[in-house]
This record gives sequence, structure tokens and C-alpha cells, in this order.
Amino acid sequence: MPGVFVFAETKDGEFRKVTGELLSQFRAVADSLGEPLVAVAVGALPESPAERLAQFGADLLVHLDAPELQTYTSQGFTAAVASCIKVRQPRGVFFGNTPQARDLAPRVAERTGATLASDCTGFTFDDGEFTFKRPLFGSKLNARVSGGSAGPVFATFRPNALGMVPVAISEVAYEKVESNLPSGTLTTVVREIVREMSGRVSLQEADIIVSGGRGMGGPEGFSVVRELADVLGGAVGASRTAVDSGWISEDHQVGQTGKQVSPKLYIACGISGQVQHFAGMSSSRCIVAINKDPDAYIFTRADYGIVGDLFKVVPVLTQECRELLAQD
Amino acid sequence: MGADASPVVLHPAEPVPGENGCTVSGIPGGSGIPLTVGSVEEEEMRIVVCVKQVPDTEAQLKVSPDGRSIEETGVTFIMNPYDEYAVEEAIQIRERGEAGTTVTLVTMGPERAEETLRRGLAMGADAAVRVWDESLAEADSGVTAEALCAVVRRLGFDLVLCGRVAIDDAAAQVGLRLAEKLDISHGNAVTRLDVEEGRLVATCEIEGGAEVRELPLPALVTAQKGLNAPRYPAIPAVMKARRVEITLLSPGELGLDLSGAASRQSRILALELPPARAAGRMIDGDPAEAAHTLAHLLRDEAKVI
Repeated sequence: MPGVFVFAETKDGEFRKVTGELLSQFRAVADSLGEPLVAVAVGALPESPAERLAQFGADLLVHLDAPELQTYTSQGFTAAVASCIKVRQPRGVFFGNTPQARDLAPRVAERTGATLASDCTGFTFDDGEFTFKRPLFGSKLNARVSGGSAGPVFATFRPNALGMVPVAISEVAYEKVESNLPSGTLTTVVREIVREMSGRVSLQEADIIVSGGRGMGGPEGFSVVRELADVLGGAVGASRTAVDSGWISEDHQVGQTGKQVSPKLYIACGISGQVQHFAGMSSSRCIVAINKDPDAYIFTRADYGIVGDLFKVVPVLTQECRELLAQD
Repeated sequence: MGADASPVVLHPAEPVPGENGCTVSGIPGGSGIPLTVGSVEEEEMRIVVCVKQVPDTEAQLKVSPDGRSIEETGVTFIMNPYDEYAVEEAIQIRERGEAGTTVTLVTMGPERAEETLRRGLAMGADAAVRVWDESLAEADSGVTAEALCAVVRRLGFDLVLCGRVAIDDAAAQVGLRLAEKLDISHGNAVTRLDVEEGRLVATCEIEGGAEVRELPLPALVTAQKGLNAPRYPAIPAVMKARRVEITLLSPGELGLDLSGAASRQSRILALELPPARAAGRMIDGDPAEAAHTLAHLLRDEAKVI
């Protein structure tokens, strides 16, 4: 068998968008090897999971299940996924670079003796070897890295970076595996889960991000940014200055010391665009800058720029976008 | 931090490596001082903090002629910002905890990385260890975790702290790989940490919120921004830290066998500058006109809304 494995992560009762991206992208690799494209999912799944994965070209859904696996825990998921990989010895295991995968993939890789290339934005497969493209130094440089040759090769991919490729609808076999977790696997206890933004688009998977920086002037300033993001179905980002000033929480921070994102549209409001910030969003497809300082560095890299007061420009832009989207 | 000499005490190398290369009979904590958690008269907490020296975030980087590394000339190096949170947290735990808590820094890196250790010593760490020789020059996350694991085992530990991610290679793996090698539980991207009787209560950042986890000690925690505000060391502490003797260990002295590491680790094949982004189009007019034009360009020209 071996095969090419994609970790099929779920969120809010659905497979994640990045799961579909990865399956569709690795279809050609599986074909070139003549091996199956396998989705590995753990615990609670959406209804008709195999049918849902057919549109992305998967051959097989391996469902690792146990009563202890209904919600994510590092220890439970690591044990289940690692034992599946030890038994099946796939060539590669690929994850979306999501908060869950950042917690899971390194431990599974260590337990199975795998290399792991993190937060990749591209890959090639030639002569039986994977090469990954990944940004280093906060996207100031790109690296091409080999996966090593001794064991399985793992990689996590930045959501949106690969995109979806069209694939033929497949017939997906379903195989359920009862994961028998050894007693004593779960030693940590989840005392409490605090939800902050349920229902909001995740920053790293968002197609559109509207960000605010120093020009916001305070926490209230973010209301104009949030309104535009809501109209566009996007997420709200922020510069380090805005986060360090306490105007918005850290999970919104884009940059070398925050999140690295690749949306199709990034609208920077009141952000001067330091190297640090660029490092987090330079791979966006289209960058828009709105800043009252005509000499702001961000204008040298933006696709579209408006010099002006963001508190005057953005509300009009929000209204214009609302009207345009209503026409479509 | 009292003495000028390093108070590092190393325990004998583990004779029988386990499945992951450094687990001994599945007993977390190693064969050093027996765990004293819960025992009042032997109250002691050994905290090990793993730190990394990285190029400053504002540095403009150039690729070296070898095409696989960066030009170091003119680059300022700093302690990885997430590791500063880890060091600060360790010192705060010692400050509010029982007497006898020790904070030891460990880094893997060339000689220049001692500056980062001295920074941590000036912040208040008790001792520092550097592991290095040229065989580690291309270590990936797995081999780095192997080297750190060997040191942490020899030191003995109740709590290991790391940064969530290093801002240079952004792999975010070494901490969790180290936890796996040590066979202990972890809390990832922690924004609040409390030490209770024999366990930790860690607030971990998860998607869209936070999870409060109880971890039995020994455990490993990776520090996220927001955990604390790292102190700026005072000049006398900086001066004093300069005189501390840093323990240098080679992989050989740690009993590590790195032969074959080349095939089991990932390798940088090439580094390149990303394609430069050119300045685009400036949209003139009063705010209403400009916003109107922009909305139409985004839909009709860029086709992104």
C-alpha cells in the first residue's frame, strides 16, 4: 500500500478547507506512484465523511476512533495517529498548518522518526523525493528543503498557499480503526475552554484580511476595520504596534512575531509596513494600503494605495463593497 | 545568581537509551536527583529553559555565496523573543516559589550564542550550558531536540520551558519534539502558567480561544506572547553575567551518536529572496472618490472581491 496521507482535520463539524486543498494537490503524486491517496481523520467526523472527501479525489478514508478521541487532546491524537503511521508506513503525511496541527504534528513526527517541514507554501515531487518550499526569517527568504531519506516525510502547509486544483470525483473507501489507547495515555486534564471568537473566520484560512495598525489610534478604531472585514466575509488582522498598545488581542497579530498569512486580498489600514509586518503578509495575492502618510513604506509594496484618513476612506469603502456585493 | 562559577551539576550519561533515544525505563526526570515533588523537606524545582539566538527582526538578510545560509556580517543577533518569555517565566516562578528552585539555560549554537545565554543570566538565570560542535551546524529540529534532550537529562528537570517558535526558521518543533523525547506532557503556546502542588495549570492558545490544561510534573511548556513582560536586565546584572562561566559540551561528551544524522534529517537545499513586490497604483481623489475607485478595481481588475 504505503500511500500519501493527508491529515483530515475537522472544525465546527466540517473538514477544513485546507484538507481539501492538500488532497487535491497530492492526487497527482499518488497517481505518479500508483499508490492510494489516504485521508486520515480522528474522532468525531461530519456526516457522510467519505462522500465529502470524494470531491477532492481521496481513495480511502481511515477513521481512527475511540471514546477518548471525540475531542482533541495532544496525547490522545498523537497516540492514535502515530500508531496508524507506524503500521502503514506512508511515504508522506501532510497537514494544514493550523493551531491543532502545530500541537500535533511535531510530536507525531518525533514518535514515528519522521522529518517535518513546517508552514510550507509549495512542494515538488521528483524521483521519489519530496522537496518543500518554506518561508524563513519571517518570509524575508524562501528555502527549499529536502525531507530526508531515512523515514517518513511530514510537512504542514500554510492554508491558502497551495490552493485547490480540479480533480476527478473519486470513490472513497471507508475504513474504521478502533484506536485502543493504552491506559495512562491521557495524563493531562482540560479544566476549561474559553471561546473568544466562535463563528469568526480564522485569520490564517481567511481569503480576505483587513488589518489595522498604529493609525487606529485606539481600540475603538478597530470598529471600522471590523465592519469592512464583516462585509467582505474576511478576518481582522493587526500590526505589532496595535497589539502591543493593547488595542486588540494577540491572536490577531500578523507579522514575523505573529501569524503568517497568504490571503487573496490584504487591506492594511494605518499600517506603515515595517519589515516585521511585511514578513507576515508579503505572500498575499493583492495588497491594499490606506495610510495618511504618503511616505509610508507600505506604499512601495502595495498593489493599490490610497493616501488619506482611514476613518474617512474605510467607511466609504465598506459601503461601496456592500453595494457591489449586493449586485452580484 | 550568586557565584561567578557555574553551578551546573551534570548527572552521568544514561546507560540504556530507550525507544526515543533518551528515555530511561520510562521514568521522567532522568536518573539524576530523585523527584521531590510533594516532599516538603526536599522542596526543589529544577527548571531548564531552552533558548536560541536568532537574527534581529529588523535585520535585512542576504544569502551567502554558498546559497544555503545567510550572510552574518552586519547582522545583529538577539535572543529569540519567545524564549525571552520562557526565561522571564522561569525567573518569576523561582521568585514566587520555594527556596531551592534553580533556573538553568541551555542553548545549541556557535560561540556567538553565548551572548544570548549571558542575556538570560543577566535577567536572573542561575547557570547556562551550550552544546556545540561543527557536527551540529546543519542540525534540523529533530537533531536539535536530540542534543537538547541529552543536556536536559543530564541536568535533571521538573519543568522545561521553551519559546513557542523561533523567529528565524519558524519551525515550531523543537519544544514539542523535546517533550516527546523526554516522554512528558506539554502545554503549547502558553499565555498563563501557575505551578500548583505537583502539577502545572497552563492556559494554552487554541484556535479561537484558550484551553486551560492541568499537566502533571515534570512537563514542558512553550511560551507564547502575552505570558509576561520580560525584564530588561540592569547594568550591574549584565556586568556580573559576563563573568559567569558557561558550560560547553560537545555531542560526543553527551554520548550522542550523530552518524547517519545527514540521512535522517531534513536539509536546506537553497535559500532565495522572494520575488520583489513592485509599488502598484496610487489612487487619487477625495476619500469618497478614492474608495469608490478602489472598490471597483478590487472587483473588476484584481478580481479579489
